Amino acid sequence: MATEKQEKQPVPPVSAWAPAVALGWLIPGGGHLLLKRTGRGWLLMAAITSMFLCGLMMGGAMFTPQTGDLLTTLINTGGFIGDLCSGILYLLSVWLGYNQPDMAGHVHDYGTKFLVTAGLLNLLAMVDVYEIAARRKE
Amino acid sequence: MPKMNLSHFEAAFLFSLFVSIVLGVVTKRTDRERFQYGVYTFVCFLVALFGLGWLMFFGHR
Repeated sequence: MATEKQEKQPVPPVSAWAPAVALGWLIPGGGHLLLKRTGRGWLLMAAITSMFLCGLMMGGAMFTPQTGDLLTTLINTGGFIGDLCSGILYLLSVWLGYNQPDMAGHVHDYGTKFLVTAGLLNLLAMVDVYEIAARRKE
Repeated sequence: MPKMNLSHFEAAFLFSLFVSIVLGVVTKRTDRERFQYGVYTFVCFLVALFGLGWLMFFGHR
């Protein structure tokens, strides 16, 4: 009978993972590069940056946090967090004046999804960086 | 900023490619497993893409 309790892994000190995770947020793939996982770092950087740029070239809209009914709040705030997770890519595009209104059409719609998904993929990469920095993964 | 005007298929293909690369890189523990998982995810995306495409085609007739 499998009654073994799973061993609780100790929480690593913040200083061990915070710089790598922060760099991973700011520059997609940067956390992996800092931790000397260069191949994976460049792959992540290429994939996430390409996806974000494709989203921009398709004229995708950036979300802004909005309140209202539950669905509006969920979609807009969630989308905003997704966009923000792209780090410097999001910040640069906003600072350089990218302001595409939400328009009808499948290309714009795909563009919006590409922008949010690039951020969410970067979030996954940040979790991976945390696990590597905490020595839970190679 | 140059504009991209893609069809549904091209956009979904690119989406699948980028997501598969990242999922492959972040999920597994060895390079071989990562590559296999990335390819597996990409094939799953394509099967779903073609499957749903045909489903909508026949549902629309």
